[in-house]
Amino acid sequence: MRLRAASRGIQAPRRPEPVDRLAQGLGWFSVALGAAELLAPRLLGRAIGAGDHPALTRGCGLREIAAGVGLLTRPDPAPWLLARVAGDTMDLAMLAAAMADADRDAMRRLSGAAVAVLAVTALDVYAARAARERPAAAAPGSALRDGSVRVEHSIAVNRSAEDCYRMWRTLENLPRFIHHVESVEMRDSGRSHWKAKGPAGLSVEWDAEITRDDPNAVIAWRSVEGSRIPNSGVVRFAPAADGRGTFVSLSLQYEPPTGALGLTLAKLFGADPEQHVREDLRRFKRLLETGEIPTTQGQSHGPRPLWYRAFGGAGR
Amino acid sequence: MKANCWHGKADVRVEEVPDPTILNPRDCIVRITSTAICGSDIHLYDAYVPTMIQGDILGHEFMGEVVEIGPEVKRLKVGDRVVVPFTISCGHCFYCERREFSLCENTNPNAALAETLWGHSPCGIFGYSHITGGYAGGQAQYARVPFADIGPIRIDSNLPDEKVLFLSDIFPTGWMAAENCNIQPGDTVAIWGCGPVGLFAMKSAYLQGAGRVIAIDRVPERLRKAHDECGAETIDYDATSVLDALAELTGGRGPDSCMDAVGMEAHGHGLVGAYDKVKQTLRMQTERPTALREAIIACRTGGTVSVPGVYGGFADKIPLGAFMNKGLTIKTGQTHMQRYLRPLLERVEKGDIDPSFVVTHTLPLDEAPRGYRMFRDKLDECIKVVLKP
Repeated sequence: MRLRAASRGIQAPRRPEPVDRLAQGLGWFSVALGAAELLAPRLLGRAIGAGDHPALTRGCGLREIAAGVGLLTRPDPAPWLLARVAGDTMDLAMLAAAMADADRDAMRRLSGAAVAVLAVTALDVYAARAARERPAAAAPGSALRDGSVRVEHSIAVNRSAEDCYRMWRTLENLPRFIHHVESVEMRDSGRSHWKAKGPAGLSVEWDAEITRDDPNAVIAWRSVEGSRIPNSGVVRFAPAADGRGTFVSLSLQYEPPTGALGLTLAKLFGADPEQHVREDLRRFKRLLETGEIPTTQGQSHGPRPLWYRAFGGAGR
Repeated sequence: MKANCWHGKADVRVEEVPDPTILNPRDCIVRITSTAICGSDIHLYDAYVPTMIQGDILGHEFMGEVVEIGPEVKRLKVGDRVVVPFTISCGHCFYCERREFSLCENTNPNAALAETLWGHSPCGIFGYSHITGGYAGGQAQYARVPFADIGPIRIDSNLPDEKVLFLSDIFPTGWMAAENCNIQPGDTVAIWGCGPVGLFAMKSAYLQGAGRVIAIDRVPERLRKAHDECGAETIDYDATSVLDALAELTGGRGPDSCMDAVGMEAHGHGLVGAYDKVKQTLRMQTERPTALREAIIACRTGGTVSVPGVYGGFADKIPLGAFMNKGLTIKTGQTHMQRYLRPLLERVEKGDIDPSFVVTHTLPLDEAPRGYRMFRDKLDECIKVVLKP
């Protein structure tokens, strides 16, 4: 079975990259230093020869903790590492200011502190650069670099790969389980003509061709040149271990006519492509396994509240 | 038709609603002759189960006559007298093939909702909130029953409704709860809750070879029923410490199996009871797991805890340390109804058990609101209400 897993945030076992570990270490360092600055500002100030500035030291403590929490909890460390570099610069400036009127003992302590801060700054700069150069993984269902959207999902179906393939290969079946597709008609040329619900209830149409057809294993298709909404899909059928049915994996890619902004808006209003694909595959499984798609739409019920009807729940 | 609809906390109303229709080829329509209020309906009535919507038709224990079938229904025909199990199963998925029917992957149209809260979805359930499908229930004159060839069991004998109605839920649920106790001949089984499921579990435990059954409750008529009709020794938790009493009764070792037949609305004592009530009211936890906590602490080392009581979300202060260090096994789940319908019907027909012993009240459907109130508040010694549409 081949799950196109990496792009769904699933990865084969691997070591975290060195930059991840470094960012993690710097995160804990930030939190620890911040806590010390927050809880024992006077002690710390005297230790580094900077004198008594509890309010200022506490402020720096809050800044350290914010950066630390960011590094430890957010997936992309780059902005938090940059924030740390800025903080280091600020610390060095303050140490320099303190040196201006320091006695000998304070000078010795301040120099020690400055060397330590410089060392940490070097680490921060190195880590920030490494993190920025690393390509960010696109979240599933979000726009890729070229503006297109790819969604992937898989489901276990308690039927043979042959049955799954046959249901899907009869493209006229697709509207029974793919939410936004209204009809698929086969044309003599071997191409198929698709009608689908587009954004804002508009109907969109295109012609598609099969680009790969490995019986009982893979079907891939793609809209032909010049389509208004260029799109493609591939579905794979892989027998599960021990005869436990078939893993069906679907990957759809399309260029949303409204661009990335439209996609974000659509998601806000509940039209999440990831969720749609999940439900499409669930309907496919249910249709194959039970011969129908279980539903409660159209069943009886008592009077519904206004909010329920307003959100299109009428009839359920 | 008339149907009992949920409208909010402690607010159910019998209303005129459209008759159900066949929506899918494997559906049938049943004209309901008897239907019951279940203890788990009280969790809905008290609004502790999320995803209820005003207008939902309640009820998951019902039986009647098939009046219409879909084109793909092969086994049932119009005129058949059937009892309908509360769970809906497709019969063809991974779980149905393993006979774990209540885990059916296909019958919950709102599976995505359940996955959000529970990771995975169980099967659809009649009249039991939208997280388990939002199916219209059976406290009505008619109900639509999906997968009619997989669920309903045909009753060919002329046993009265009251003797077979409880095959729809509480008898098989009590039976499976006893099976989940892993009873070895002569075992001692302690059962928290002498409601209908607890009472059926007591009878089932003896039929499965238990040597002793100890029942825990505080409602006098329920303890009496457990003692007089189910042969249980009883502990009134208002009058004595349950843990001390169980230790005393078992030579300090503890019962071999403990069953929580209470669920999310247990009544606790003292500080812990108040703590749970406050947290549940503030929606900081969805359960008051007093019975479960006691069951884990009381159970003998290496014993089994069975949980037929209904829980919906999150609970805290579960004694995991006791659970782990004592090497306990916990077994739970909605009932795999189709496993038990046939064999338990045969036991009723043979006279091993007469399930009608739990019934205390029979009311017309119109009086469902009164029935709910009476059952929840345990008024008039109410243990089980049957409604006649």
